[in-house]
This record gives sequence, C-alpha cells and structure tokens, in this order.
Amino acid sequence: MSHADDHDATRRDFLYYAAAGAGAVTTGAAVWPLVNQMNPSADVRAMSTIRVDVSGVAPGTQLTVKWLGKPVFIRHRTAEEVEKAKLQDEEAMGDLVDPLARNDNLDPSALAVDANRTMPSPEGSDEPAETWLVQMGVCTHLGCVPLGDSGDFGGWFCPCHGSHYDMAGRIRKGPAPQNLHIPPTSWVDGTTILLG
Amino acid sequence: MAGIPHDHYEPKTGIEKWTHSRLPIVGLLYDTIMIPTPKNLNWMWIWGIVLTFCLALQIITGIVLVMHYTPHVDLAFASIEHIMRNVNGGHFIRYLHMNGASLFFVAVYLHIFRGLYYGSYKAPREITWIIGMLIYLCMMGTAFMGYVLPWGQMSFWGATVITGLFGAIPGIGESIQTWLLGGPAVDNATLNRFFSLHYLLPFVIAALVAVHIWAFHTTGNNNPTGVEVRRGSKAEAEKDTVPFWPYYVIKDLFALVLILAIFFAIVGFMPNYLGHPDNYIEANPLSTPAHIVPEWYFLPFYAILRAFTSEVWVVQIASFITGGIIDAKFFGVLAMFGAILVMALAPWLDTSRVRSGKYRPMFKWWFGLLCIDFMALMWLGAMPAEEPYASFSLIASAYWFAYFLVILPLLGVFEKPLPRPATIEEDFDAHYPPKTHAAGTTPAE
Repeated sequence: MSHADDHDATRRDFLYYAAAGAGAVTTGAAVWPLVNQMNPSADVRAMSTIRVDVSGVAPGTQLTVKWLGKPVFIRHRTAEEVEKAKLQDEEAMGDLVDPLARNDNLDPSALAVDANRTMPSPEGSDEPAETWLVQMGVCTHLGCVPLGDSGDFGGWFCPCHGSHYDMAGRIRKGPAPQNLHIPPTSWVDGTTILLG
Repeated sequence: MAGIPHDHYEPKTGIEKWTHSRLPIVGLLYDTIMIPTPKNLNWMWIWGIVLTFCLALQIITGIVLVMHYTPHVDLAFASIEHIMRNVNGGHFIRYLHMNGASLFFVAVYLHIFRGLYYGSYKAPREITWIIGMLIYLCMMGTAFMGYVLPWGQMSFWGATVITGLFGAIPGIGESIQTWLLGGPAVDNATLNRFFSLHYLLPFVIAALVAVHIWAFHTTGNNNPTGVEVRRGSKAEAEKDTVPFWPYYVIKDLFALVLILAIFFAIVGFMPNYLGHPDNYIEANPLSTPAHIVPEWYFLPFYAILRAFTSEVWVVQIASFITGGIIDAKFFGVLAMFGAILVMALAPWLDTSRVRSGKYRPMFKWWFGLLCIDFMALMWLGAMPAEEPYASFSLIASAYWFAYFLVILPLLGVFEKPLPRPATIEEDFDAHYPPKTHAAGTTPAE
C-alpha cells in the first residue's frame, strides 16, 4: 500500500467516525426530550411539601393524608400503645426482617428501634416521647395501602399479599422487604406537622 | 421467497400488467392467500384466524370508544358510565371490547400451547416463535394499560402493583418507576400516557403479526405430524398441501362462527362475568380493595410472582450470593418475566429432533402436566396469599421452570420416539383412504 493511499484511508476513516459521532449525538439529543417528558412535571414536583393540622387527632386514632399522591399515616398513640410498642421493641430487635429505621429524618444506618421510628413530641408538649408515629401508608412490597389496627402484631396488615407490620410499622411477617418508610417531618407549631 | 413451490400470480390484462410492473401488491396478496398449506391440519390450527379477528375487533371497537372516553382522573370513570348509559349502543361496544380482550387471550393461550405440543417452535420456525412471544408481551402490555383506563379501584391498584414491579429493580428501580408513572404515584400523568400507549400498541402488534405471517409463510406451516411438506417439485408439494384459499379460509371461518356464537352469548348475557365488581367503584388512592386480583389472563404469571417469598430456600440462596441485591421482591419479578423467557427459549431448550408430541410417548405426559400446571397457576393466582395456596403456588411455579429447563432438554436424550409417517400424504391417506374419494362415492350425509 502506498503512502498516499494510507493517508486517504485515514482521512476517510476520520470522516466516518465524525459523521457517526455527530449522528449519535444528534439522535441522543433528539431522544432525550422524548424520554424526559415522562418524568414528573413541574406542578407535580411543586406539591412536594404540605402542612397538616393534627389538633383533631385524638390519642388512639390515626389520620390518613395524601402527600405526593400517596397516603401518610399519622398515628397518635395512647400511653398504653406506647407501652405495648416498647414490649414489641424488646421482642423484635435482633430478629427483624429489616433492621433499619427507614426514617428520612435520621441517618440511613439508624436502627429500627421504636425511638428511631417515632417522631419527637412537639416542643412544650406534656406528652411522652414516642407518642407520634408518622409513616408512609404504602406497603414496601408492591405499594398497596395497609389496614390499620390489624395483623398479627397489632399494627398494620397489607391485604394484597399478606404483609404484617408491628406497632412501630416494622415488617414482621410476609413478602414485604422493608419497614414502612418514614417521610421527612417536623413540627411547625404544637399542632401542625410539615411533611416533606 | 423460498418456501413451498406453488403457482404465482401472472398479470394477464393490460391494467394488471401496468400495475404489477409498478407495485406488485396484487401478486403479494395472491401469494399470501394461495399459500400451500399442509392438508392434514386439525382444529387446533384455527386460532390464528381467531386471533386476527380479535385484533381487528379490538382496534375497531377501541377507536369507536375513544370518541366518547376522557382520559382524566376526574372524568375518566364518569366518561365510562357515559358510554354505558348515554352513548347509543355504547354499552354493547364497551362489552365487546372488554370481553374481546378475554377472547384474545383464550385464543393466544390455545395457540401457544398448540405450538408447544406440536413442536411448532422448532427449527426452522424459531423466529416465528420469538415474534409470537413478542406479540404476546405486547398484548399483555396493551391489556394491562387498557384495564387502567376506566379508573376503577382495580384499575388503580392493579396499576400500582404492576408498576411497583419496576420499583423492585435494585438501585435504579425507584427512578424507573417514577419515570413510568410521571410522578410519585399513579395519577393523571399515568392515566394519560397509558391511554396514549394503549392506542399505539395494537398497531405495533399488527405490524408484528405481519412479520409473524411472513416468517411462517417462508418456512411453511407446521402440521400435526411435524413432518415437513415435500418441496422437490410443485407436483410433489401438491400431494401434501391444499391452497389456503378456499380450503382453510372456509374451515377457519366455520370455526370462527362457532366461537363467536359462544362469545356473543357471553357479551350479551354475562358481560361482567370475567370482570371484577370493584372496578365499578371509582379509584381511591387512600383505600386498597381487600383483595387485588388481576384479570384472569394474568393470573398464572401473577401466581409465579407471589410464589417466591423470603422463606423459600432458592430466594435465600440468591439473596446470599448477590449480597442481598436480589431480595424476595426482585426475585418474584425475575421469576415472572423468567417464566415467559424460558417459554421463548423453548426452541433451544428442547433437544428432541421429533417435532410433534404425537410421536413422543414420554413428552405427552409431561406436556399434559404442563397444561394442568398452567390451569392450577391460574386458579392459585386468584386465591389469597396464604396457606395452603402459597405452597401450591411454589410447587406449580417450580414445575413450570422444570418443564422448560430440565424436562425438555433431558427428554430428547432419554425418550425413544414412535415411528413417524414419511410424508404428510401418507398420514392423510391413513385417515382418509384414497379409494373412497378416488372412486367418486357419494359424500357422507
């Protein structure tokens, strides 16, 4: 092969690569908006924080609110329930399907003890700690809404595929892999919770 | 096109020649409709026509329904009731579309199991089989998204559970799920895109059907003996075949009439029998129905999805080996898609050179068990997730995988097949001795 031929081939190769590269970039640039339009739109993203008035949630009851299109369970425990939850804490630790708290307010490695699952009481409240339990009402198996006050552990039971959660929302039995997730929460004042 | 030698279209008049030299479309249609077809096909070879009819029925009724339907979370449920109560004949068109989906799946399952029994997936028909599996996947996607559109409780929660499957993918699952849904949960964005895709996919299916037909018109049809049509010459091929038109068209249409008689009886007298009453309750994101069940045609694979819980040893081993990346939830998802994948791989898993199950004495029993297994899974998928159904589901799922991954490969080695007819003509003559029709006797009354 002559030197000149070699030179030509190199120039031609360069043109091939340049054309193919430009084609690939153009195709990518054209496809990306078509893919990205399926991601959550601005109005959906704007609904990512809400305030919930919990003054009407009497001890022993639960309020379900919709946040990000999903239910959030806000449980106001009675003193008795706090006691029971502490007993479950002792019996469950070390034998949990999911040992992590799954609490967005804490470090991801926090353990699933009752204290790490519950929300601190509002400032100035005379209620004991671990009175408020705020968690996503979304089964970690396939996303159904578990039923309250039911299941083998006195907590929640998912009717879809039979997952049992205990009084702290920890998965104890059934196909779900994780404890019920806990969303970012804080007290705005003594009776209002900020979600998100 | 290779294929079986036969007469081709010859343009005769001037206008025919003029057209043919510019666009040979008449020739293409002629060759398609006059394709030499094995003359021994039995009644299990009618499902192709039934399926074609179903696709046409669904597209036509669907286009009409779209004229009255509103894809919005606040209006979708009401617009379905509007179709049912106000639109002229709307209730009947909707019932046709609803039950048409069921007929579609009845036909596709019989069509697939026909292929599994007579070895239609074996060489040289692997591509026909793979395209068939792709059509089946598209059908499932279309049916699933269509079921979401009425925005009833089962629509909503079925969509939540099934899109949750993608959330089970380790690492990227949640972003994929959010991308699919267009938000953190099933909502208006989800309904709109499902509507768009539900309209699109049937046309993708139609294109795949054309390729499916193209593929098996190239290889020729399989037949109950699994013996190939002789193609040394046209005269030889004609001894094994009859043209599709008019012989099989008439036969298939006759079968279609009988099937439609049953179909219209169901549409007319029990249109909601196969549906779920909860879907006549409008979707409520804050309340899950007590018992979520998919439509009947998804039940076998739904049962496989649920069968693998964290107590099952294979799941524990998979979780241990992958360091927890594959948990019970992801394992179930892999099992469900794997169940379809192993079926798609049947051409390479089946080691027997004998196509038709008729001549495979051991295969017959295992295949029969597979049919029972499929029905059992369908029943188990509708049962609540508790004992004893959970254990049965596990056994039935295990057999499904064992059939494709263990039994099919081993049978080819251990089984001694029965003698097969040398030609299709020989098999045909054994059933319909040539003397009777050669002598021109009166037709049977």
